Amino acid sequence: MQEIVMPANRPEMALLCLLIPLLPFIGFALNGLGNRKLPKGLVGLIGCGTVLASFLISVYLFLDFTSSGSRPYTVDFYNWISVGSLQIGFSFLIDQLTLLMLLMVTGIGFLIHLYSAGYMSHDEGFGKFFSFLNLFMFSMLLLVMGSNYVMMFVGWEGVGLCSYLLIGFWNKNTNYNNAAKKAFIMNRIGDLGFLLGIFLIFITFGSVSYPQVFAEATRVAGVDTPVLIAITMLLFVGAMGKSAQIPLFTWLPDAMAGPTPVSALIHAATMVTAGIYMVVRSNVLFILAPTTLDVIAIIGLVTALVAATIGLAQNDIKKVLAYSTVSQLGFMFLALGVMAFSSSLFHVLTHAFFKALLFLGAGSVIHAMSNEQDIRNMGGLKKALPITFLTFLIGTLAISGIPPFAGFFSKDELLAHVYQHSTIMWAFGLLASFMTAFYMFRLLFLTFFGKFRGTEEQRHHLHESPAVMTIPLIVLAVLSTFGGFLGIPSVFGSNHIIGSYLSPLYNYAKGINATPFEPMHLSHETEYLLMGISVAVAIVAIIIAYVMYVKKETVPVSEDTPLSPVHNLVYNKYYIDEIYNNIIVRPLMWLSTAFYRFVDVVLVDGIVNGVGKFVTFSGRTLRYAQSGAIGFYVMVMVFSIVLILFLNFFIG
Amino acid sequence: MITALLLFWPALAALLVLLVKGQGAKRVAFIAALVEFAFALFAATSFVVDRTAPQFALSVPWVESAGISFSIGMDGISLLMVLLTTFLVPLIVLSSFKHDYKKPNAFYALILFMQTGLIGVFVAQDAFLFYFFWEVALIPVYFISAIWGGARRVAVTFKFFVYTIFGSFFMLAAFIYLYFQTAGTGVAAHSSDVNAFYQLALDSSTQSWIFWFLFLAFAIKMPVFPFHTWQPDTYTEAPTQATMLLSGIMLKMGIYGVLRWLLPVVPNGASQWLDVVLVLSIIGIIYGSIIAIRQRDLKRLIAYSSIAHVGLISAGIFSLTEQGLQGGVIQMLSHGINVVGLFFIIDIIFSRTKTREILNLGGITQSTPALSICFMILMLGSVALPLTNGFVGEFLLLSGVFQYNYVFGAVAGVTIILGAVYMLRMFQGVMFGTKSPETEVFADLTFNEKAVLIPLVIMVFWIGLFPNTFLDISEPAVFNLLNIIQRR
Repeated sequence: MQEIVMPANRPEMALLCLLIPLLPFIGFALNGLGNRKLPKGLVGLIGCGTVLASFLISVYLFLDFTSSGSRPYTVDFYNWISVGSLQIGFSFLIDQLTLLMLLMVTGIGFLIHLYSAGYMSHDEGFGKFFSFLNLFMFSMLLLVMGSNYVMMFVGWEGVGLCSYLLIGFWNKNTNYNNAAKKAFIMNRIGDLGFLLGIFLIFITFGSVSYPQVFAEATRVAGVDTPVLIAITMLLFVGAMGKSAQIPLFTWLPDAMAGPTPVSALIHAATMVTAGIYMVVRSNVLFILAPTTLDVIAIIGLVTALVAATIGLAQNDIKKVLAYSTVSQLGFMFLALGVMAFSSSLFHVLTHAFFKALLFLGAGSVIHAMSNEQDIRNMGGLKKALPITFLTFLIGTLAISGIPPFAGFFSKDELLAHVYQHSTIMWAFGLLASFMTAFYMFRLLFLTFFGKFRGTEEQRHHLHESPAVMTIPLIVLAVLSTFGGFLGIPSVFGSNHIIGSYLSPLYNYAKGINATPFEPMHLSHETEYLLMGISVAVAIVAIIIAYVMYVKKETVPVSEDTPLSPVHNLVYNKYYIDEIYNNIIVRPLMWLSTAFYRFVDVVLVDGIVNGVGKFVTFSGRTLRYAQSGAIGFYVMVMVFSIVLILFLNFFIG
Repeated sequence: MITALLLFWPALAALLVLLVKGQGAKRVAFIAALVEFAFALFAATSFVVDRTAPQFALSVPWVESAGISFSIGMDGISLLMVLLTTFLVPLIVLSSFKHDYKKPNAFYALILFMQTGLIGVFVAQDAFLFYFFWEVALIPVYFISAIWGGARRVAVTFKFFVYTIFGSFFMLAAFIYLYFQTAGTGVAAHSSDVNAFYQLALDSSTQSWIFWFLFLAFAIKMPVFPFHTWQPDTYTEAPTQATMLLSGIMLKMGIYGVLRWLLPVVPNGASQWLDVVLVLSIIGIIYGSIIAIRQRDLKRLIAYSSIAHVGLISAGIFSLTEQGLQGGVIQMLSHGINVVGLFFIIDIIFSRTKTREILNLGGITQSTPALSICFMILMLGSVALPLTNGFVGEFLLLSGVFQYNYVFGAVAGVTIILGAVYMLRMFQGVMFGTKSPETEVFADLTFNEKAVLIPLVIMVFWIGLFPNTFLDISEPAVFNLLNIIQRR
């Protein structure tokens, strides 16, 4: 975080900043109120057009920012909540991090809106869908633009609401509704942590606004003090919920109940990376709490591993991608834990490219297969869906870390930082990345290679998606191919664009501990070796997958076949949902009944009734009640009036 | 004078309504309530924000020799409560238009008569006057519930009545004791003026028991755990308009009583019992929320959720922090708006389907875009989603409780999780899923229904987006209150 400069005499910038979230909001209002009245073409135009406009404004802001000395500034609109020393402004902060997130959110957001215009065209809730999608953009933009923690929280809960609305988009289906409810509630568990973190920040630093908090934090004596650990841990609990880290990750796979563009936009590319944004934004605070960073690294690593193992055994095309997202988010937190903030963000960016691509590709497959999602019933689709296949292949190569695709650069850089921190963590990270390459190619092979295993009707219906859907795929495929060049490691003698662009973000943190922000001091040989190992590991995984699913044409067993204990455990996601159900949900339900039936009605009310009877000498009042309580009331009133008159006489 | 007008206009209008025969009474009552709201708006526009003393004050000797006067006036807190009352009453009247209650003139006259009592409570600057209006507000709602309520109305309202009277006696006893400790002016030896009470210097053991006498009355009214057992039954059995009056406005009498007649009068007594009160309030939050999770009757569900919400208001106020008190004031407004809206929606559903059981409902959203949007917004306000009214209040309240004690704050904060659990469960059961036989045919909102819900929805966002409109009004009064507490 650098010194913040106010924009000098440029009110038009304030308007532009406001328009970025406001345009999608207007889209939300128009499509929401005009639902079922506006023609579909207009709905799509409003939905996509507003987001495109936000993207263009973001590009303009970015260019303006970089060409005028890269000085961050805040834009204050009005005082939102002010009580005593607690002053919360409705204001935005424009700096390198905000702009990067803006470009990513609006850019990918626009592509996915465009894709949705095709994907959802047959849905009766077309207008509602675009309205919710635009509301999501609005919330997400508030999240990344806000200049204080409460504004971030506004966006944070807003995206949670949109996630809820969109997961349960087809609300006639109770399973989908349950998935939506689960997502909202699990997120709220995290949100409570975030909220308490905000309170503690306010108590500790006397403000919730980023510039003040970070400036104040550098003046705080001591590192790893209990209060700093508490603040960062509470914030991280929030991040765990939003970014689906252990133990709050089980909502994300269920969230796949929503339409596929939603999975791509919210549950892969943008919303779930909010946790990473939060930690990078608060890097000063986290640098001051190494203990929390260790916890983050461990949680991230364990999440990456656990989710990857589950991904090995899933047969639903979207579930595989969902677990892969959880696993990749784990990687990002692992990087944050070893203080490789920019590398983590770099991975957020490349992941947004290739994971959005993979989800949209999966959507295209599902679309072609008449809503089939089970990869056991697919196979051989590459002929019927050539563009989808090719772009999906690029996405798969990118996520597996094959050079020169985007994922290679970001994951390799991330793992190099982990290696520098701990060799064991690096080894486990490598294992997770091995599994990633395996399950992703398993998915690719089972879907696009071999023989078609679906029904005759599905085969008949197979078709490549329309251009409105394939164009976003192609754009994302290009980004997944070349996006990695934004962060070419110095060992290749090139400039790390992302790294140097983001480095002013750590000015305060460098004052506390400069080591993590220095260039890696690995020898060139080591760096080449690490790269070689991760590529080799990925290739081995791909070869194994190839042999199993293409050569031997293995198809995962059907639902009723008994599995080996380990396979069963993994297939059933370690029974985590069942465990939560038994230790949290059911006791809560039991408690609810017990409180109501026993404590409230029998115990508390019983005591009250007992006291009541005692006080009113039992029977007598009840008799008045039966003869009509009005009489009793008149008596009371008379009693009171007499009392007042008596006082009057007594004193007078 | 405007205060007196606000106070007596509803009572006058009530007499007028009594003369109207047939269902025309509801229209007369509605217009009268709107006029009252216009008076309140006029008062608000001429209110000077940065003053702590009561404005539009009027003081007439009542029992002069005893130092008891008819003394009324409004500071920022009073004004907000008056605005809330006068805003909600016309909507409550309008919400009843689809019902044809028997003896409509009596029904609507009682609502207006009650409004006088409510306004009186919020503007009284004299202890006995306050007590008088406290009781005046009770009579009409008691009759409304006992005459126009559900099948078990007699037993249930009697319990409500005994509870409240029980609390009131303690309040009256405390007031009489305090009164005799004051020094009077002029002919009177004592005074029951609010400032005379504020100037009392009582030793800490006296303050301690006075605290409980007063707290009991207010705690029953709110209600705070474990004094709440009248509330779910009463809310469920009373006709919806009475439930709205009780939950939307009347429970605020209890909270207002704490702010005006408890904390500044016996600050030392309060500080001795803060921990206990906070623990009780927080138990209420968790307890009410957990019970709400499995309620099947919609009215009862909202009744228990109200116990949770009020618990949080109470906890925040007793944290005695700027944020807690201001949060309490703004949350009184928000809770009033949200709970009235939710009870109205339940009434709409009940009038269409003849059931309030969640299990018999479902799929309503398929045919009702307008109702779905309004219900969703009120629900989100109730679960404190940012940019809705509930967030501002809960954020400030929880922040206050957290400043008082980290653990208390964290436990109270669980409300944001449990609130989502029961509210989403309710919303899903009623609105989503497949249609049931009861909801097979379900018409969307009528014009009258929209006329009630749209103002409420606007207020959800107004308070959510621009809470300073209201926070600024109450801030001088609240900070003055904190000064009085800390000074003594």
